[in-house]
Amino acid sequence: MPNTKPLPRPIRVLVAKPGLDGHDRGAKVVAAALRDAGMEVIYTGLHQTPEMIATAAIQEDADVVGLSILSGAHMTLFPRVRKLLDAQGRQDILLTGGGIIPPEDIETLARQGVGRLFGPGTPLADLIDYINAWAADHLE
Amino acid sequence: MRDGNGSAADLASRLADRERELAELTREVEAWRAEFGRLPLRSDGNFTSISGRSAEPVYTPADLVDTLGGDGLLPGRFPYTRGIHPTMYRGKLWTMRQFAGFGTAIDTNRRYKFLLERGQTGLSVAFDFPTLMGYDSDHPRSEGEVGKCGVAISSLAVMETLFVGIPLVQVSTSMTINGPAAILWCFYIAAAEKQGVDIAKLQGTVQNDMLKEYQAQHAWVYPVDRAMKIIVDMFEWGAEHTPRWNTISISGYHIREAGATAAQELAFTLANGFSYIEHGVARGLAVDSFAPRLSFFWDVHNDFFEEIAKLRAARRIWARHLRDRYGARDDRSWKMRFHCQTAGVSLTAQQPLNNVARVAYQALAAVLGGTQSLHTNALDETLALPTEESVRVALRTQQILAYETGAANVADPLGGSYYVEALTDTMEREAEGLFAEIDAHGGVVKAIEKGWFQRQIAASAARFQDEVDAGTRAVVGVNAFVEDEADRPLETLRVGQEADQTQRERLARLRAERDEPRVGRALAELTRAAEEDRNLIPAMLDCARAYATLFEIRYALERVYGAYKEPVFF
Repeated sequence: MPNTKPLPRPIRVLVAKPGLDGHDRGAKVVAAALRDAGMEVIYTGLHQTPEMIATAAIQEDADVVGLSILSGAHMTLFPRVRKLLDAQGRQDILLTGGGIIPPEDIETLARQGVGRLFGPGTPLADLIDYINAWAADHLE
Repeated sequence: MRDGNGSAADLASRLADRERELAELTREVEAWRAEFGRLPLRSDGNFTSISGRSAEPVYTPADLVDTLGGDGLLPGRFPYTRGIHPTMYRGKLWTMRQFAGFGTAIDTNRRYKFLLERGQTGLSVAFDFPTLMGYDSDHPRSEGEVGKCGVAISSLAVMETLFVGIPLVQVSTSMTINGPAAILWCFYIAAAEKQGVDIAKLQGTVQNDMLKEYQAQHAWVYPVDRAMKIIVDMFEWGAEHTPRWNTISISGYHIREAGATAAQELAFTLANGFSYIEHGVARGLAVDSFAPRLSFFWDVHNDFFEEIAKLRAARRIWARHLRDRYGARDDRSWKMRFHCQTAGVSLTAQQPLNNVARVAYQALAAVLGGTQSLHTNALDETLALPTEESVRVALRTQQILAYETGAANVADPLGGSYYVEALTDTMEREAEGLFAEIDAHGGVVKAIEKGWFQRQIAASAARFQDEVDAGTRAVVGVNAFVEDEADRPLETLRVGQEADQTQRERLARLRAERDEPRVGRALAELTRAAEEDRNLIPAMLDCARAYATLFEIRYALERVYGAYKEPVFF
């Protein structure tokens, strides 16, 4: 069970669509669900570069960055965003996301500092619980 | 049948009989309803459609208000509710057209030949994201995406490779391309010229439906009004030079996949269609000069009868509006020809073999709805691009439908079904209601700029997800009939980095070998055509013939037109 102690402040989440893929149904459904769950959500819009996403995450003071990738470019885009955040000293930001990502790629990305990744058919409650549990342990 | 000697008194007495019969039927139905209301129903039943429409438990003639009188009774007759051809599938089966593309042009060419050898009857090109957005494979924005979700085509040279050994005079080709549609179309025409084909004989389609890109699919390049200008240029040039080519495929598919309901898909797509007609007419084109080359593309989702009714209603609405509102006189302008694709969004990653059954039901709905062309999704398409094995099952699903089931023997076999006819009427009324709403927002372009369509679609997507999460909308394998054990992993197609490398090398070679001054002149002429607001196609075709690249051509226009800025919200 996730930690139930109240959080010191609302969780700030940046939902981002990196790359050229325009399929934003999932990103928008997730953004709305996280907002309804009490989080402060910023949605970047489409066609973002990793640089744009990392800059937005830092400027917006995000705790969590969620990337939605259905284009097959996840092995390029997740590590790039992680590196850019780390280069700014922001190892504390959780990088998570979802899309069409094969299990073996999820494992590889986990070893590179990427959090849980969610596939098609995931109930929204699963990712809300995941972010809340992470925040309970990490948010100050 | 009318015998021709009926007097006015006869007619009045027959009408009175009919009124009496209807009143009797209504009483009977009410009594039946009362009994029905007392009987127990299944506790796990959700009797609303996937779009949230509730269905009556049974339909009778009392539900038919606006149907099959007089000239709508037969296929091939206005308003074409029952199909656009008198012979329907006895004359010609639908075109089996699997959307395909991945990696390099060589990989995809091999897949096309695999499909054609197995009885596929048309080609359909899936481009990668860089191509869809007008970027060359060696552009910095293309990194990591080359060849991943489709084939990378950055110039005429690669287009030539894509169709090596495939005579373009014999095959019809559909290209799913929008923002840079005119450019890829020019590559295709130039490739056909290279094969020695008379381009007046070319058959195929470019999707080229920008309105739905802003609403739903989001592969845009230029601002809305400039995009519309290029589309009308294509209508105008195509009518004269490529009379058998569909210069647009007005697409509900992506609107639906993004979350819209069936009625929203129907209405938004038709409203877009009317908007293209109006833009063409505003240019001074005669409606009958370009309307016959407008084609459509629908999603066929899970809700069987709703989908069939949607397709029947679409034909009827288009025919009525074209004839009565836009004054088209050529019956080819009234006939809505369309392609269908089974609903990608309905496929599940869980228990993926079940997708074969979903696709088969959806394909049957498309055929009962009278489609001219069909793509059946492969069972693994929610996980990756399909393998040869999975795409073969998808193609065979169509062949079983065409040759084993008998579904193709009779035109509109559900015509006259109380339910299907009533639902067709309802869909038409709902669409007309949504047209009025769109008008109240100032029309399609204004409603896009306000984000109205985008919000409507997102709200429908969220409602559906809420139903699935709450368990009131069953998705087999996801929230119902779930297996405890993990699925045996499917072997999926993986597109590696080789395509990226090959494409970069080809582009470097092309830039080194081509006639650079000729490229420069062609691009400058295209920019000039844009500045002077001339039809862009002749200059663009010259750029293609000179081996200018996709991004070079995109940029030659962007310098004048600028780029589209998305209104961001969720």
